[in-house]
Amino acid sequence: MNSIFVYCELEGNEVAPVSQELLTKGRSLAAQLGVKLEAVAIGSNLDGIENQILPYGVDILHLFDDKCLALYTTAPYSAILIKLFSNEKPQIALMGATVIGRDLGPRVSSALSSGLTADCTNLEIGDHEDKKADKVYENLLYQIRPAFGGNIIATIVNPDHRPQMATVRQGVMKNEPLKGGYKGKVITHKVSDYVTQADLAVSVIDRHMEKPSHHLDSASIIVSGGYGMGCRENFDMLFKLADLLHAEVGGSRAAVDAGFCDHDRQIGQTGLTVRPKLYIACGISGQIQHIAGMRESSLIISINEDPNAPINSIADYVVTGRVEDVIPKFIRHYKEISK
Amino acid sequence: MDKFNIIVLAKQVPDTRHVGKDAMNADGTINRAALPAVFNPEDLNALELALDIKDRFPGSRVTMLTMGPERAKEIVLEGVFRGADGGYLLSDRLFAGADTLATSYALSMAIRKIGQVDIIIGGRQAIDGDTAQVGPQVAEKLGLDQVTYVEELLDINSKSVTVKRVITGGTEIVKAPLPCLLTVNGSAAPCRPRNARLLMGRKNYEVPVWTVADVGADPAKCGLSGSPTKVKKIENIVFQAKENKRYGSEDADIAALIEELAVNHIIG
Repeated sequence: MNSIFVYCELEGNEVAPVSQELLTKGRSLAAQLGVKLEAVAIGSNLDGIENQILPYGVDILHLFDDKCLALYTTAPYSAILIKLFSNEKPQIALMGATVIGRDLGPRVSSALSSGLTADCTNLEIGDHEDKKADKVYENLLYQIRPAFGGNIIATIVNPDHRPQMATVRQGVMKNEPLKGGYKGKVITHKVSDYVTQADLAVSVIDRHMEKPSHHLDSASIIVSGGYGMGCRENFDMLFKLADLLHAEVGGSRAAVDAGFCDHDRQIGQTGLTVRPKLYIACGISGQIQHIAGMRESSLIISINEDPNAPINSIADYVVTGRVEDVIPKFIRHYKEISK
Repeated sequence: MDKFNIIVLAKQVPDTRHVGKDAMNADGTINRAALPAVFNPEDLNALELALDIKDRFPGSRVTMLTMGPERAKEIVLEGVFRGADGGYLLSDRLFAGADTLATSYALSMAIRKIGQVDIIIGGRQAIDGDTAQVGPQVAEKLGLDQVTYVEELLDINSKSVTVKRVITGGTEIVKAPLPCLLTVNGSAAPCRPRNARLLMGRKNYEVPVWTVADVGADPAKCGLSGSPTKVKKIENIVFQAKENKRYGSEDADIAALIEELAVNHIIG
């Protein structure tokens, strides 16, 4: 039976969190289908990278290590995946819905005439009946994603073409290496068998990385504000609360649009997906598009004037009151008990 | 002086950013009638980039290309009113139900028919699907290099284009040989408005409509039959309501909540 492949995106010489999450998901899908999990890593100076990948239960890691692959460009990376997938014929191929994954995935799927579903939030295995053709397909990959700006959830299948390709957003799946290690093997491929000079026509002249202004993706507590915060000054109270709780501050799209907080802190379907231990939603009504980005939080507190705010239905604790009244009290009482 | 032949890929989309209560039918399908059709926002950024090149290199030609029902002629016209030279609508029942792969095949066939092209520019993604796939897939079908997430055009000459693009955690400067395909990020320069003179002068512009046969496409690769991905199920989102504890905003309430959180080691 054909394997599941996960493309491992590298940030420097670290495997990106989204790829670790995909390896975790790939391991469970492979176990369910009774097939091998294989991974691909492409870059330069990759010595030891297998120690970050094999422990997820990877049976075979395909390595492509060459100076010409140091910085991502579309053509050489896609040439590698197109040829590798043509040879190995994976039944499923997964990658992160990152800037790189969303540049690379469509290119590869077009060359292989396979389908690709972007930005999935869930993957499952299931059967599919094509009533018109009177045919039943067993064990297909259900590619589940929000559509129409997050207003509906669509389940997409890819009955006849392989690999079944999907990109998945960071933060929506768990990141759990196997306990006790795993014995997989590494195949180091000769890059010149895959990449030609013509693939190197595009060059990265310069790269400018900014220091991240927040760590929302790894925060264990997030204080988040919505349009109900009323103004930027009120919103700034959330930073005080967050400092106290060692938390990060996020915002809904409405808060970002109103200029209460920066765009890079937006949580939701068109922003970040987070799964902290505690999510404190302040003045957030709970549009579907916001909930899609935070519903996996372990515990949710909603502070809202409206007792019937939609977000309250998924909250564990609901405080009904004005945010500018409740948050200072919250800060004061928290200081008291943490003395 | 260099001149460039530029094709702008643009899509008419339902305005998913402003979804009202009547946007969904009771059965979970979309009530398209309740959503206004708009020019996909990032395709406007793409159009601006194209018009900017035309401004800098007089004699360059900007051609709009879209696919959709008859009504999508509006997209080509909108482009013309803002400064494009003309354009084409791909419209045929055989194109209906296309996923991104079948869409890119159709667009690539139309681009082949248009002929000589130096640069193809589209928005990064459309707001009805948010897939960002059609640009790269068109590039692949035409065997062209691609640069996605473009924010700014830094230089263009007869051989190459240099752009600034957005990447995770920063930006990079990329140089690509022509011809190539760019997709433009929403952070790029916004599009200029309609030009009154163009609006008057070109309001009777007849948008040419091309069918599957006109662009020499294989019907089996178009529309639903050319789409590897199938929609199995569409669901309205319903969240499982949780049991929750409710508090008021009095001091005693907040103190009790903090106490509860501390006892359970959630905070503190």
